[in-house]
Amino acid sequence: MNGLPLLSIITWAPFAGALLIMFTARHNPLRVRCIAAVSTGVSLILSLRVFWAYDREVAGFQFYEEWPLVPPLGITYQLGIDGMSLLLVLLTSLVIVAGVFASWTVKERSQEFYALLLVLVTGVYGVFVSLDLFVLFLFYEIAVLPMYLLIGIWGSSGEIRPQGIFGWAFRRTGVGTKEYAAMKLTLYLLFGSAFILVGILALYVAAGSTSFSFLELELTQFDPALQSWVFLTFYVGFGILAGIWPLHTWSPDGHASAPTAVSMLHAGVLMKLGAYGFVRLGLGLLPEGTHQWVWLVGTIACINIVYGALSAMAQTDLKYVIAYSSVSHMGVVMLGVATLTESGLNGAVFQMFAHGIMTGLFFALVGLVYEKAHSRAIFTMGGFGRMMPGIATAFTVGSLSSLGLPATAGFVAEFLTLLGAWQSRHPWWLFPGVLGAFLTSIYVLRVAKQIFWGPQATDPHFHDLPDAQGPEWAALVILVFVLVLFGVAPGIAIGPVDTATIPLLARLGVLP
Amino acid sequence: MTDSAQFALYSLLLPAGSFLLLAVVAPLRRSGRPAGFISIVFSAAALGWAVRAWLHSSREVFQPPLLWEWIPAEAGPLATVGVLADADSTIMLVLVALVSFLVQVYSLGYLAHEPAQGLGRYYAYQSLFAFSMMGLVLAPNFVQLFIFWELVGLCSYLLIGYWYGKPEAARAAVKAFWTTKAGDVGLLIGIVLLWQRTGTFDFLELLMQVDAGTLPLEGLGLVTFCIYLGAVGKSAQFPLHVWLPDAMEGPTPVSALIHAATMVTAGVYLLKRTDWLFALTPDVLALVGWVGAFTALLAATLACAQSDIKRVLAYSTVSQLGYMMAAIGAGFASAGFLHLLTNGLFKALLFLGAGAVIHAVGSNDIFQMGGLRRAMPQTTIVFLVGALSLAGIPLFGGFFSKDEVLGAVWAGGLTAPFVMLVVTAFLTAFYMFRVVFIAFFGEPASQGHGAHVGAGHSSAAHGGTHLQDPLPTMALPFWLLAIMSVGVGILFTVRHPEHEFAAPGWLTPLVVTVSVGGILLAWLTYHRRVVDAERLAAAFGLVREAALAKFWVDDVFEAMYRGALLAFSRAVGWMDRYLVDGIVNVLSAWTLVLGDRLRRMQSGQPQDYVYGVALGLLLLLVLIQWPR
Repeated sequence: MNGLPLLSIITWAPFAGALLIMFTARHNPLRVRCIAAVSTGVSLILSLRVFWAYDREVAGFQFYEEWPLVPPLGITYQLGIDGMSLLLVLLTSLVIVAGVFASWTVKERSQEFYALLLVLVTGVYGVFVSLDLFVLFLFYEIAVLPMYLLIGIWGSSGEIRPQGIFGWAFRRTGVGTKEYAAMKLTLYLLFGSAFILVGILALYVAAGSTSFSFLELELTQFDPALQSWVFLTFYVGFGILAGIWPLHTWSPDGHASAPTAVSMLHAGVLMKLGAYGFVRLGLGLLPEGTHQWVWLVGTIACINIVYGALSAMAQTDLKYVIAYSSVSHMGVVMLGVATLTESGLNGAVFQMFAHGIMTGLFFALVGLVYEKAHSRAIFTMGGFGRMMPGIATAFTVGSLSSLGLPATAGFVAEFLTLLGAWQSRHPWWLFPGVLGAFLTSIYVLRVAKQIFWGPQATDPHFHDLPDAQGPEWAALVILVFVLVLFGVAPGIAIGPVDTATIPLLARLGVLP
Repeated sequence: MTDSAQFALYSLLLPAGSFLLLAVVAPLRRSGRPAGFISIVFSAAALGWAVRAWLHSSREVFQPPLLWEWIPAEAGPLATVGVLADADSTIMLVLVALVSFLVQVYSLGYLAHEPAQGLGRYYAYQSLFAFSMMGLVLAPNFVQLFIFWELVGLCSYLLIGYWYGKPEAARAAVKAFWTTKAGDVGLLIGIVLLWQRTGTFDFLELLMQVDAGTLPLEGLGLVTFCIYLGAVGKSAQFPLHVWLPDAMEGPTPVSALIHAATMVTAGVYLLKRTDWLFALTPDVLALVGWVGAFTALLAATLACAQSDIKRVLAYSTVSQLGYMMAAIGAGFASAGFLHLLTNGLFKALLFLGAGAVIHAVGSNDIFQMGGLRRAMPQTTIVFLVGALSLAGIPLFGGFFSKDEVLGAVWAGGLTAPFVMLVVTAFLTAFYMFRVVFIAFFGEPASQGHGAHVGAGHSSAAHGGTHLQDPLPTMALPFWLLAIMSVGVGILFTVRHPEHEFAAPGWLTPLVVTVSVGGILLAWLTYHRRVVDAERLAAAFGLVREAALAKFWVDDVFEAMYRGALLAFSRAVGWMDRYLVDGIVNVLSAWTLVLGDRLRRMQSGQPQDYVYGVALGLLLLLVLIQWPR
């Protein structure tokens, strides 16, 4: 370390980019894009540097920074990174850089679009690197709020016919529009963050109201009854963001309505904020609460996996398929966490990364297909592979990772999770996990076959479509490369992650 | 570190290199034929190293494998990758490298008219397949085996769907993937279960545990059964055999390599690799034997009813895989393995021969061929060699190994499966020579079949100009395979390797008689026409109906997929949208309604507000005065 506050630079570089965009790049779309690319590029390069420089032998939180904010209340600007957040910071950098390239062609009000996107990313980075729970919560809110504008302004509306016994309610809420999706997502996540805030404050008070620092709270032994209910508030609060059933319904609507880069970032990274927060605060601070409730977490995760996969299979809108697949895959993350085993937890963190890259790739591709073909209706499209071989190949690689094919990151994650599941106290969790992978192979390959392979669609609108172009390629190449690299050499990621999960499990009393 | 493992590693890395080269360097891939040459050169070198590895390999199973850490964990690596070169894996490596090389050469001729871009893609897939299959063969543990197991499945998917514009090809590709994946679910569960009880994935460590008797036996049957499920999918055993005939939508060289000689035998190879594990669970082993024999018989019956030359061969592959499995089930895995090796040679040969015919005639239908022996003498000879090998005639490739399989099944005490396999041997000879007599002998199709006048004439006239033996790129590979097939046959006929079991003396005469009988019936029916084909078929009325309907297995799967799975998923999707999300929207709608009601209180009339203020004041006064 050469004294530079690397984590702060990573976190605030996009924010600086957002300010620059707002004040210097009015009516200059190219400059907007360049500033966005450079500022996120800075974060990416520094993330890579931090990733390499992280000392695995020493482990623990490194690149520590501290800056007192409100000393009387014990609020400190305190940053540090361990093996787990290391990987997630890298994930964020990769997805946002790809996202900037993938939405290169946003035409409408690109200045505000990019500025909001960059503010959002600052929030995400902040959550991953903050060690002070108060600051973490602030960053969390920064990450959630711009979403409302991004979806509400640049999103796209779908069409959903009200049906069933609750049809009247759908007619009232205006289901299907982007405004609806934006409102639903924001309300849901704010609802969740209220739970988180309550939990954090309860712990703060119980620990003597002196510090919000994770490092200090970690040393406190909380009362079991307190642990029990605070664990549940964290589970609900962070779980909503991680898409746990039955609180997941914001995610398909939100992801389907959001513009490309936002979907990428939201499904790719923000859902991981939920899982990360749950592991960091839930498991990290509340060992007894964890043991008490882990059966619930794992069981709901199993429901997520199978239910999400089946729901994805039923969709006819491409974006909804991907959105539901996220619900299913986040189930794998939560399942891995619930196993409380080394392989399961490593698998969960690896799945956060793998799914982030994969779903980022998927949403980028859906965006590209939509931009070229102006359609998301799966069963009207067909035979695009001939016209857009690059997009088709990338989509196939994404599909393969999604269904857990070896040599892609998805396999390693699922394999580790399944090993952990069978080792856990609830071995039957293995079976929904495996079943989910099988169902995934059915729905993703069915979609890939329908859209890209098979005979050409009859609709003349779908003839002579272009392949990806220029900067769009950058997004695809980066994501496909990472997906394969981490599948072939998973040790790169699991090495550091292991240094974070082992102490965590030791604190949980699972490992000696 | 042994020389053998080192050489095997080179052999493994060469096709990986050529795949990377073709995948990353797009201009090279798009160039077509140059991409093919590169892939062929790499695979020739791989063949060389594979042969060296085989020559240096030792008979011992206990070879220290080359290992690298793959997934790290606190207490040493959780999973490793490496190279385990012993007698079995290196001979299999040679087979894979050999057939892969020959097929790549052959494809240069067979796919000569493909667009350059497609050809480059084809060779990239071929290289990837060679790499994956070699990785599977050399796997020192279950994890690596599973990795490459899935990757060969991927290659199969990609190559079946090579002509993805054809709806049948795109459908067959996903069907193959899903069906084998269903088996892989079992394999994965089996691997996880085995790991939990033994703490290792490693073959050698497991073998040591078995030898030392420390492997817990209780519940092991479930583990081996799950592992076997993987083999059922990949090696096309009943009821998961349905994907293999459809896989014939891929180019014929692909069928020869992947769906006849190498990938489909991976299941057999897996069981051979872990026969010491299966030996601990005799019940599962018996199941393997029964299912194998049943599959062999079922597929042979189906093969008799096909008119598509590739489908006949596909069902024959399924049938031969059944043979191998039956031998393994009887407890003599090496007999099954031997049949795997010989079958690899002559089945690839048959497919390459069939490919030459299809290339010339432009159709897969044997009734549109006929009399090909005059126009294509070379192809006729090699195809005949393949057919005789498959039928198990002495001096030809399949004779000894088929004998060995039947002897093993008999010695293993599986009597009913033995009978089924003998019947299968008869059917095998019959259906193969049915094809031979219809397609290669007799009269050219246009004259022989009045019923086909319109279509037959045009295709024969069209085909007549092209009807000739293929160019050397295609002829050379199948000649080499034919020579090797005969060579192996003569070698084994003259010098029997030692039996592991006591085969009864009447076995060989019985098998030869049955096979000759099958050929004879085919000759009488389709060549001399002494036996009327229609009446022969009518004699087996019900069986024939069933065979034409593929024994309804495909229909059952189709119904499960459409009727059960897709319908259920639609129900879940509906429920998610209209019930689970419905409740959320109801809450939201109630909030809106409540807000609406409350808003009405703000009437805008001053007197209402004055009443409100007065009421509030009154309440306050009451509250303040209350406690006193």
